[in-house]
Amino acid sequence: MAEQSQTQGPRPIVPFLKLEPKPHLVGKRCGKCGAIYLSESRIACAKCMSRGPFSDVALSNQGKVHVFSVIHQSFPGIKTPYITAIIDLPEGVSVRANLIDFPAEKAEKDPHSLFDLPVEMVTEVVAKDREGHDVVRFCYRPKK
Amino acid sequence: MRNVYVLGTGMIKFGRYPEKTVPELGGEAVLSALADAGIAMDQVQFLACGNFGQANASYAQRILQTVGQTGIPAINVANACATGSTAFREAYLSVGSGLYDIALAVGVEQMGKQGLLGGGAGGADPAYAPEGKLGSGLMPAVFGQAGMEHMRKYGTTLAHMAKIAVKSHKHATKNPFAQYRTEVSLEEVMNARMVAYPNTLFMCCPTGDGAAAAVLVSEDKLRQLAGGRKRPRIAASVLTTDPYTARDAALPDVSTLTRTAAQQAYEAAGIGPEDLSLTELHDCFASAELIHYENLLLCKEGEAGKFIDEGGGQHPDLGGKVPVNVSGGLLSKGHPIGATGVANICELVWHLTRDERARERQVPDAKVGLAHVIGLGSACTVNILTI
Repeated sequence: MAEQSQTQGPRPIVPFLKLEPKPHLVGKRCGKCGAIYLSESRIACAKCMSRGPFSDVALSNQGKVHVFSVIHQSFPGIKTPYITAIIDLPEGVSVRANLIDFPAEKAEKDPHSLFDLPVEMVTEVVAKDREGHDVVRFCYRPKK
Repeated sequence: MRNVYVLGTGMIKFGRYPEKTVPELGGEAVLSALADAGIAMDQVQFLACGNFGQANASYAQRILQTVGQTGIPAINVANACATGSTAFREAYLSVGSGLYDIALAVGVEQMGKQGLLGGGAGGADPAYAPEGKLGSGLMPAVFGQAGMEHMRKYGTTLAHMAKIAVKSHKHATKNPFAQYRTEVSLEEVMNARMVAYPNTLFMCCPTGDGAAAAVLVSEDKLRQLAGGRKRPRIAASVLTTDPYTARDAALPDVSTLTRTAAQQAYEAAGIGPEDLSLTELHDCFASAELIHYENLLLCKEGEAGKFIDEGGGQHPDLGGKVPVNVSGGLLSKGHPIGATGVANICELVWHLTRDERARERQVPDAKVGLAHVIGLGSACTVNILTI
């Protein structure tokens, strides 16, 4: 699209989503106890109370559904229903994200079909920001 | 800590008061509590005022400007949904420590028809607002998922949670202070519009306006002022925050801090859950009440569903046992955030003192009551009152 060619490229919706070289999430790991945080910087560890040091750790694109909810009522402009899920990652940290490619009706009818479901991360453009950049989110779908 | 007693209580019916100001709503509750205590504003030595939505509005001072500018120390408290109960605890600490002999706690909130809470705005550019793009941080989703953890672990069903909403609405028909006093059937609850699975509309607390107040006194003052009336003692007043969990960034843990608070409160009061005559717990959603049965040790681990099926939580008049939220709870009585924690205290006091205001729903032979509030962020209070 002509409009897209004028932008300077996509931007991640949150700083812990990295788009290059391939989309992945990055955590900050405490060098003392191993706790992982999804924040850009940490001054101390809330778990072991040490000052770290903290280092970047690339998180897996695979995970498992811990729990979920199906959102039917939301703010204006947000399309419902959709599934929100807590995804446990193998590194020992969890993220909150939309679960796509899974019917909301099935999730409500048979909730146990979703618990522990293996999922994989995908990214997609969800908005355009004021400067014209595509805004990219991460979400999860059942592992193929 | 010295012994601290609740000498008087007052609240306004929860609902919507667009024509009133917040200091008027809070002031009404204060005047009602003072009248109940049989004292005047100029006898009060300290005021703690809980209001969450307008925490920077100095409502403690503005309530004094409405009902009596006596120049006493006053503080404004904000602690999420535990705002009112934290204000109550501040008043408790001020008397328990020996600093003051008469303290007043008031909680007040005017939410109007404010809709869904939580979710977050996402900074300057709405394109980066996470709600709906990175899952949901709305309260129905957070507390729905807390209930889903129980479903996942123990096979609890939506019907179990729906039964809680049926119970709360039934209880509220006996409470003139409740925002919603209409009975609903299990079918109506389960077939109602889904807000966030597993909570349908009737399984979510409403927003609204309300105020509640309590006068707290030392033992000496009780003797002087109670005129022979028996007043409840605050046997425990506990406040906790959430410890670290690996899921913190994704899903707040609303259970651990409740368990810790309950444990500390039972220990401080020297009682166990089996001694409770009634409990007012934080049923912001039906799914939340379910998990708090276990968190407060009202039933065994994993048995909340069974507890509900066997009439647990229902008023004894309905053939139930271990009465929970006989006021109608947040689901039906309402949840004007700052007022909630103090209103819970009013409910306990009214049962423990056979107060006219709980006449229609009096729990027989009530001697010990527990009030629990949890606010996301997170803050949890457990207060135990005995008579």
